[in-house]
Order: sequence, then structure tokens, then C-alpha cells
Amino acid sequence: MKVIFEKSVPGRRGARPARQEGCPPPEIEPRLKRERPAELPELSELDVVRHFTELSRRNFGVDNGFYPLGSCTMKYNPKMAEQVAGYAGFASLHPLLPQLPRGEMLVQGALKVLYEMDLLLREICGMTAFTLQPLAGAHGELTGVMIIAAYHKDRGNRKTTILIPDSAHGTNPASSAIAGYRVQVIPSDSNGHMDVAALRAALNDGVAGLMLTNPNTLGLFEPHIQEISRLVHSVDGLMYYDGANLNPLLGRCRPGDMGFDIVHVNLHKTFAAPHGGGGPGAGPVGVCGKLVKYLPISLVRERPDGSYFLDYDRPNSIGYIAPFYGNFGIILRAYAYILALGREGLLRVAENATLNANYVMEKLRRHYDLPYGGVCKHECVFSARRQAERGVRALDIAKALIDRGFHPPTIYFPQIIPEAMMVEPTETESKETLDAFIKTMIELAQLAQTRPEEITRCPVTTVVGRLDETRAARHPDLASLK
Amino acid sequence: MPYIANTPEQQEEMLRQIGRSMEELFSDIPPDLRSPGLHIPAGLTEQEVRNRLTGMAARNKVDLISFLGGGFYDHFIPAAVSALVSRSEFYTAYTPYQPEISQGVLQAIYEYQSALCRLTEMEVANASLYDGGTALYEAIMMALRITGRPRIVVDDTVSPIYRTMVRTYTGNLGIELVETHSCRGLPDRDELKKHIDDRTAAVTVQNPNFFGCLDDFSDLADLAHKHGSLVIASCYPIALGLVKTPGAMGADIVVGEGQSLGIPLGFGGPYLGFMATRRQFVRKMPGRIVGRTADGQGRPGFVLTLQAREQHIRREKATSNICTNEGLCALTSLVYLSLLGKQGLVELATTCAEKTSYAGKRLLEIRDVRMRFPKRYYFNEFVLELPVAADRVIRQLLEKGFAAGFPLVRYYPGMEKSLLVAVTEKRTKEEIDLFAHVLEVSL
Repeated sequence: MKVIFEKSVPGRRGARPARQEGCPPPEIEPRLKRERPAELPELSELDVVRHFTELSRRNFGVDNGFYPLGSCTMKYNPKMAEQVAGYAGFASLHPLLPQLPRGEMLVQGALKVLYEMDLLLREICGMTAFTLQPLAGAHGELTGVMIIAAYHKDRGNRKTTILIPDSAHGTNPASSAIAGYRVQVIPSDSNGHMDVAALRAALNDGVAGLMLTNPNTLGLFEPHIQEISRLVHSVDGLMYYDGANLNPLLGRCRPGDMGFDIVHVNLHKTFAAPHGGGGPGAGPVGVCGKLVKYLPISLVRERPDGSYFLDYDRPNSIGYIAPFYGNFGIILRAYAYILALGREGLLRVAENATLNANYVMEKLRRHYDLPYGGVCKHECVFSARRQAERGVRALDIAKALIDRGFHPPTIYFPQIIPEAMMVEPTETESKETLDAFIKTMIELAQLAQTRPEEITRCPVTTVVGRLDETRAARHPDLASLK
Repeated sequence: MPYIANTPEQQEEMLRQIGRSMEELFSDIPPDLRSPGLHIPAGLTEQEVRNRLTGMAARNKVDLISFLGGGFYDHFIPAAVSALVSRSEFYTAYTPYQPEISQGVLQAIYEYQSALCRLTEMEVANASLYDGGTALYEAIMMALRITGRPRIVVDDTVSPIYRTMVRTYTGNLGIELVETHSCRGLPDRDELKKHIDDRTAAVTVQNPNFFGCLDDFSDLADLAHKHGSLVIASCYPIALGLVKTPGAMGADIVVGEGQSLGIPLGFGGPYLGFMATRRQFVRKMPGRIVGRTADGQGRPGFVLTLQAREQHIRREKATSNICTNEGLCALTSLVYLSLLGKQGLVELATTCAEKTSYAGKRLLEIRDVRMRFPKRYYFNEFVLELPVAADRVIRQLLEKGFAAGFPLVRYYPGMEKSLLVAVTEKRTKEEIDLFAHVLEVSL
């Protein structure tokens, strides 16, 4: 398929911008002007519509089929939330209005959304207060690590190190490093849990905190979480909760109760905002009481008369981390979702997410290696090492799944499992869908033994086959330039 | 339950098949951590949710005739933009880790990267960052990495919203952040020169700047390059339909806020941070990048590439911690630019500039109203100097249904009487006349 610039026809027009008779031409000195117009495509509106419709047909989303991409919580994104986010009363609202004199009264509806979302997340996570500003999960992590730094600075602590388990998401060490910390990795034990003895050995006065995902990226609940919190707190370290895997705990267990001091939540995972083909997301951060003063500027507060205002008077805050109040459109979708589900609904989410994952795990455990058994939470991680002995790697199984109508699981992560295949079904998938996936996975396991070449040549049904990634990296073609 | 497929009977059946009870599935949670249940309201029907949110939306004032900008602009959005972007094959997908079933998003990002390069006259771009402010921060980190030098110079004509963010992010990193004072609406060359030497990683400018003034910073780029420093330029993409590009002025890293490219104001987000640079710096760039390659049969296709820079591979050694970016907003901007096309963007930019020029002339007819920076050229925003406090005027005009502009005193102490006025193509001549009239009456 041609790129859009190759379809351009000189002189062809699409959208025609507004014009106005009777306004003089602008007086801009020639030296300040552009020499030649930007070579944007010249197309009719229909050309553009056909182009992007065709591109959409070359893409796979949750609406197309099962998307068990582990650690990403690819649940159904309710259409209702999309519609609500498009309401003109929200979509057309200028973010600087509250900074005009008495401007807060112009945006009371939007401030109420933010205020109530803060309260809902506090209750769900067991934290004292949230900032809704972080614009993605990793942005929440950076915000959280900056709060850790602010806390230690205030206490006069000299802390240099953040501890991170070997099963952690790559964003955890990256966020710690760009905030100025050294990263020390804590190994997992033979059960896939954090190795508490190793943690104990790593603890010293230089430890600023620990970043942990619970359930971890193996889908396992950390059984020693209370002891882990106690140990980290014993050196005045802070406990950071990576909320990527919060889905199976909703209404069942709260990070605040586990001893976490800082929590980020991925609204585009747990609370059903769409992933957008790679964003936008939202990563609100909640903290315990002693850290509230460090939250970013500003916070939404309520006056005695029931109106809302933005509190900019926060002398201990880490400062400004986002231009305004967060990815409001994403927060709004998540808010609508929580209103729709309510307390019972969220509990059912946790139960069905967990049930679906355990169902897949039990049905497939005889066919693929399962390094860590027991019960899992939202996801389970298989290893294709048995199939790899026959020349069929996790990547090959992924491509064969594509040919059979499924989005593959996350593969080669977590890195501590060879040939990892991380399956997160989510609660919105039906038994019929899971059964079809299970059946296909079993067939592939059998095929790997009998006719492995039928898997390794996949995919064959897609618009392109396996692409040459080495060539892409060695001879980068990163833009079509005129 | 909404959005949960399996019936209670099916759930029982599944539990039976795996030989577990629901409680057993949660038996791994220590008993004293098990929650007694959430204290949040019971669930609502879709109709109830929508009614409630319709009511909340009605408590926001969106029918003002607005001259409020400050880097975030009320441009017209063609219907085809949301019609295409709301195709759920795009918006219910995630990061294109599996290229064979993600060619739609991957090709779109490649085209977006290309469109940005053509717009800014740069060579490579990434797949997006969160917003203009975080993009500027990432550009600063990138310049520090490239040069290995400690000092970053940022002029105060760069958006103060971005500058406050940069201060937060760099506060603990031990870098030397120098903020220079501008002179009559433009960066003060003499002041800047004092800070450009062999310790300077980058000089940061914005065009049009926060006051709306246009500049040609080629001289600054020459000076910076002479000392081995880089130039980071923040820009407003619609203006690039008309004004000299950062690429042509010698910028090394170009960033900005892409909200104006078809993305609704939406009370502050989601927006679109963009970044473009020169080819030689691509391996130091943060964020996802898409490249064109081919499959085994020679068919062209697109993949995420140069991933050795990224957190999921390099972990603590990555160029950035970014993972989820603003993919759908990048797609939105591409669709918008494709609809406008080569000629449309020029016309749009010209219309904005014409209406701004008209508004400026019309407002200057009011007694005691002046331009704060009279010798400057503007694109679609300018600073009016009023005879009274801007806040007073804004308050009075709000009652008449106008958002008159932004009071600069919020970020620039001493500028109590300065009002930042933005004009997009959505404002009509009649609205501008009416605005001038009510402003005159209010003084």
C-alpha cells in the first residue's frame, strides 16, 4: 500500500479552511516567512477517507478479536465512555479558563469529575490522596519517584538507590534512573516471588524505596508483601506500587493496605479507557498521608459551599509535571466506567479477570511449560521452551496465532522466563472465546511436535509477512521526504 | 454486570472444570489484607451515567466567544477527522508490537513522522511524546546526552507553562538551568551570548513565542553551533503554514504542542508532544520510532525500530522511560494535515494571520489601548497593553460572553495590564468587531 504522500495529485483539495472577506493581508516581514509550502499531500476528502479506512483494515484492535496481551489489560472499551468524552461541554473546554478571574466557576462540571475521580481512586486503592495529572503509567512512575526524592530531601536522608525486582516492567528502572537514582535488581525466588532474603541483604540506609508490581508480571500475588513493606520501611524507604496489574484486585485487596506509600494506576488498563494504538493513557498517582504535601501542583478541592477550586498554594509540592490537570479525556472515560460498574461491578471485574486467567492456565498447562503454578491472578506466563526444542519459538507461536485470528500474548517478557508467553485474557472475554483460544493453542502445541514448519512459516494470511527488522535498524528509513 | 460476558452459570462451570472455588482463586491474598468491600456507589445503567455526565458537562462554560490561547488554540476540526480516528481498529489497539497485524498504526506513524519532518524541515521525528512541555523536557535531556555538557539556557519567551515543568523535572539532576530575560518581546541576544560557551548543551527558544512575537533565530543558532551547543526550538505547527521553519533557522531539536492539529481543547488533554531532529541524533532520541522495511517477499512494511534506545530493552540505560505515548493524537494530527493538504495549511495560516492583523488594528483604535511590543510581527496572538488591570477587563468581558484573553501577570510579575489575545480562523470579523466594542465600553 502506498504511503499517503505518494497518492498526492498537484492541485487537489480536501478540507477548505474558513475565510473572511475584508481582513487585510498580514504584515509579516518576508525574512520571517516560510520559503516554500510544506509538502503535505494534496488529496480530496474521499481520498483521505479511503486511505485511513484502508489503514484501519490493516490493524487489529480489541474490537476485532481476542487480544490477550499480558500486562496490558486489553479489555473491552465501552462505547458509552467514548461518547461521553465527546460531549462539547468537556471537549471544547479551554484549560486556561480556570486561571481567569473567577474562572473556576466556568469549569465546575470538569472540576467535579476530577474531584470525584480522586475520591473513587482513594477508596479503590486505599490511599489518602491522588493527583490525576500523570499522562501515562511511566509518567506516573516518574512522578512517584520524584515524590520519593522530595520526601528524602525533606528528611535529610542521603538515599541513592531504588530496588526493583527482576520481573519488573522496563519502565520501573528507566523512571528511577531518569529521576537520578541508581537501580539495584532483586532476584525472584524459585516460586516466582520476590526473594525476601535477597531483599534483606540489599537493604541499607542508601535505599530510597522499592518499586513493585503486585500481582507481579508472572501473575502471582506476592505472599510476603507485608514483610517486604516492613523491611523497606525499616530503613525509611518508601514502597512504590506499579498499578499495571491492579485489575484482579479491585474490591478484593488494596495497595494501601499492603503497605504501599505511592501507587500509580493505569486508567487505560484497569479502567477501560482505550489504548489508542499506543496511547494516550493516564497514570494517576496516589499517596499515603505523609506524602500528600509533595503531590504536584495543582489539586482540586471543595469549598464549604460545594463548589470546587484548584489549589495552587502547595509550597512542598514537587512542582508542575503536566501542562494542566492530566489527560482529562481519558480520566473522563475511566470515571464513566467506574460509575457504570460501581462497587459490585468492580468486584466482578476482579473475579472474572482472575477466573478467566486461571481457566486458560489450567487448560493449557499440560501442553506448555508453566514455570510457576499455583493460582494466578489476572495473567499466566507459559514458556515455549518445550516447543523450542522442535524449532518452534514463542515468536512462531505468536505468528501462528495471528493466522488463526487472535492477537498474540506478550512474548519474551518477563525476561526471567525463557520463551515467555504472557496471557492476560481480561474479564470481558467470554468462555466461548477462551475455549476457541485454548483449542488453537493446543493444536499449535501438537503441530509443533508433528509439523513444526507449518508454524515457523506463519503468518501467511496477513498483508505482509515477517518483516526484516535488522534492515530497518541498520538502514533506517524513518520518513518519506521530498 | 456490564461488560462481563460470562453468566453466573458459565462462571460456575469454569470453576468446576478447573476444580477451584472463587475463594480459592483469591486464597493467595493473606487473610488480613482481604478487603471487606468498597465504599463507592452502586453501579449505574448507561442511561444514568450519560444523564449524569450530560449534567456535569452543562456546568462548563463552552459558549464564550474566545480569544484565549496561550499555546492551546480553538481551531476548527473537520468532521472527517473524528470519523476516521474513531475507527475502533485504531483506538482499541495497543502499541504495535506485532507488525503483521498492526500495519495500519505503523504506517500511520511513519506518515506522521514524515509529515512532521516536512512541516518543520527536519530529518527524523519520533512517534509522539505526551505534550509540548514534556517534549521540551525530553529535548533538554537529549541535548545533555548528546553534548555531555551541564548547562541549558531557556529564554523567558518560551511558554512559562513548559518552563515550570522543566524546572520540576531537572530540579534533582544537578544541571545548570539558566533562564534568560527577554527584551521587548524577543530573546535578548546580548543576554543570551553571556551564557553560550563550551559548557552550554543547548539554547531553547520558541517561535512564535509566548507573547505571539515572530523571530528569526538563525543568528542564535550560528552562535550556538560555533560553541558546539545545540538549539532546541519549540514551535506551533499551524504557524508553519506561513512562518519560517525551525529547520531553516538551524534548530537541532524541534518540539512543540500538536493540539492545534485537529485535537480538541478538552480541558488540557490528551494532547500531542512532538519531536523532530537531525538524522545524526536519531539514536539519542527518546520515544518510539517507526521505520520502513520489507518482508521476505520484498513487500514493503513498517516496524518499530531502533528499539535499543527504549526502556523495554535497555531498562535503566534507556534514553527515556516513555512507553505509552499519544499514538491516537499523532494519528489525529496526520489525518488533519492530510485533509488540509499543502495548500489548505497555507490558507489556514494566512486566514489566522489576517484575522489577527485585523483584530490588532481594530483593538488599537480604542483609546489608551496599545501593543505591548509594537515593533514586532505576529502570527495569531499578540499582547495588548490596557490602561487598567487585565484581570478587571477579563472579568467584565466574561459577563458579556467573551473570554478576552490571558492575563500575563499570572506568569510575568509586573505585567498586570498585559492581555494575551489569540485569534483563530473560528473567530469572525463580526465577533472581532463586537469584542472591540465591548472592550471599549468596559474601559
